[in-house]
Amino acid sequence: MTETTRAWLLSDAPQTRRQARMGALYQGWLTFRANRLAMVGLAILILLVLVAAFAPWIAPQNPYAQNLAERLKPPSAQHWLGTDALGRDILSRLIHGSRVTLFIVGTVALIAPVIGLFVGTVAGFAGGWVDQVLMRITDIFLAFPKLILALAFVAALGPGIGNAVLALAVTSWPPYARLARAETLTIRNADYIAAARLQGAGPLRLLIGHIWPLCVSSLIVRVALDMAGIILSAAGLGFLGLGAQPPMPEWGAMISDGRTYILDFWWVAAMPGMAIFIVSLAFNLLGDGLRDVLDPKGGRE
Amino acid sequence: MVQPDMTGQPGRGTPPPAGGVPSARAARLRRRARSLGGLVLSLALTLLGLLLVTFVIGRVMPIDPVLKVVGERATQAQYEAARIAMGLDKPLWQQFLLYMGEVLRGDFGRSISTGHPVAQDLRRVFPATVELASLGTLIGVCVGVPLGVVAAARRGGWIDQIARVVALVGYSMPIFWLGLMGLLLFYGILGWVGGPGRQGIIYDGMVPTVTGLILVDSLIAGDWAAFRDAFSHIVLPASLLGYFSLAYISRMTRSFMLEQLSAEYVVTARVKGLSERRVIWGHAFRNILVPLITVIALSFGSLLEGSVLTEIVFSWPGIGQYITKALLAGDMNAVLGGTVVVGTCFVALNLLSDILYRLLDPRAK
Repeated sequence: MTETTRAWLLSDAPQTRRQARMGALYQGWLTFRANRLAMVGLAILILLVLVAAFAPWIAPQNPYAQNLAERLKPPSAQHWLGTDALGRDILSRLIHGSRVTLFIVGTVALIAPVIGLFVGTVAGFAGGWVDQVLMRITDIFLAFPKLILALAFVAALGPGIGNAVLALAVTSWPPYARLARAETLTIRNADYIAAARLQGAGPLRLLIGHIWPLCVSSLIVRVALDMAGIILSAAGLGFLGLGAQPPMPEWGAMISDGRTYILDFWWVAAMPGMAIFIVSLAFNLLGDGLRDVLDPKGGRE
Repeated sequence: MVQPDMTGQPGRGTPPPAGGVPSARAARLRRRARSLGGLVLSLALTLLGLLLVTFVIGRVMPIDPVLKVVGERATQAQYEAARIAMGLDKPLWQQFLLYMGEVLRGDFGRSISTGHPVAQDLRRVFPATVELASLGTLIGVCVGVPLGVVAAARRGGWIDQIARVVALVGYSMPIFWLGLMGLLLFYGILGWVGGPGRQGIIYDGMVPTVTGLILVDSLIAGDWAAFRDAFSHIVLPASLLGYFSLAYISRMTRSFMLEQLSAEYVVTARVKGLSERRVIWGHAFRNILVPLITVIALSFGSLLEGSVLTEIVFSWPGIGQYITKALLAGDMNAVLGGTVVVGTCFVALNLLSDILYRLLDPRAK
């Protein structure tokens, strides 16, 4: 980056709105970059996205190709991470499985905060009985143990990856609603909201134009910190046989496949577990870094 | 953060205003009673919602409960008779009221897969989960709290770094996988612990049931061999759950402590010349006890739930395994009964920590 761009970005007296915005972003990036662990997390996740995008070209073998002569072979030069009970190459299945993981996490992380944002801001902004009713519903969902509620949902809807995503989204929105409501309550009586109202802005406009943008950054931090939890829950559903169905190479289901052979052929269950661990660790590291950038009051250490 | 008083004790805060006469006290009691009343009302509403959600889930289930009872080869007339006997011909709201009445009387119907009433099954499996979760929480508290306190006191030191890594790994590890690896290492390779299940086969049913907690029951019976056997089975899954609760508890303890240690009364105590140990354990630590109780209650609740996967891995005959097996068998009465019980425990724990908070912390008003 040239010196002038840098100076432009870090200027104390931005000339335009765009310059101010870019400057704030750059400041955030500098803070984030200073956190070495967060950078490691980011690097792992970029790698994961690349692997998922180019899975068919990277994977050494077909993840579905069975070869019973080669079943349960330990890691070797030919099969870097060994083969499973049907002689399928575990590395190739892990590489293709990254797509499933990203799909589940991405979709849940998109749906749940949006529901939460909507419910929370409407409750906080409207107040009165609307607030009461919406928060009561939120409490009911919070009262359920998350995994058990997700289990019950999947059982009612039928096992499958789409329903697993739905169940996880339905069970993870309440904390976001609480958070968004708390933010709304602090913003609601601010002067600039009163000013916008005096200019004739209706409730919908206030909500979308003035309240949502301010709730988003704390929600993003929360999502980043929750990603690891979503991955672990999704893997748990897969492990119980309620998530992605075979032969889809889902990491949790792969651990479940290896469970039978754990004492003699440890690698079948061990490898997918490592993959889950590394990815959710990366999300946790990233979340910590993002928290420092976006939410400086929340515990810079 | 509200300022604690100088002694750092969470006891009585500010004395009542001058002439703290009966009228003021009565007003305070009334206020407290009203807030407690609101709490109970919201609790009742939450439980009602819990029932409603489980009821709806049970009804949209694609499995036909009538068919499960009468079998595939029943005639149309038999099918209809069973349907009416089960009350499924009535309108939904009536069914819900009936269902609610039954649940309130402690009747969850009959489990199709075990053939027993669900309430009886739950009485059998619930203590197993409680035993596991209690021991897990105990481990989490005994290790997590000191770890968090020391990490905060020696901030940036090597213990702090270790605590950070321990917590980070705990947050990122799939619990069922760690359980499998633990079984492989400590049972399969080293042979240090008992295998899956709650007891060895020879001890099964040998200890008379009093509390349902085998560790306690075997002690009551004075059967040391059975106690050792049960302990060797529970130690691995309990340590596993303990590790996860430790990760959470130590982090929370650390951040509570950091908040206290930066408070002015700590500076005052140090200036007074108190030893560092007294400052940390006698002053700062006593001030975090109340929020810590909340954290521990929540962690216990999440272990009741988190044990679902652990119970599957270790074939532990608890409520998590019961619900999951029932789910896979399409045994909805059992699933709903289990869900209601776990949900109610969850709510009760929240309520308990809320009440403790109000009772112990004079600032929470």
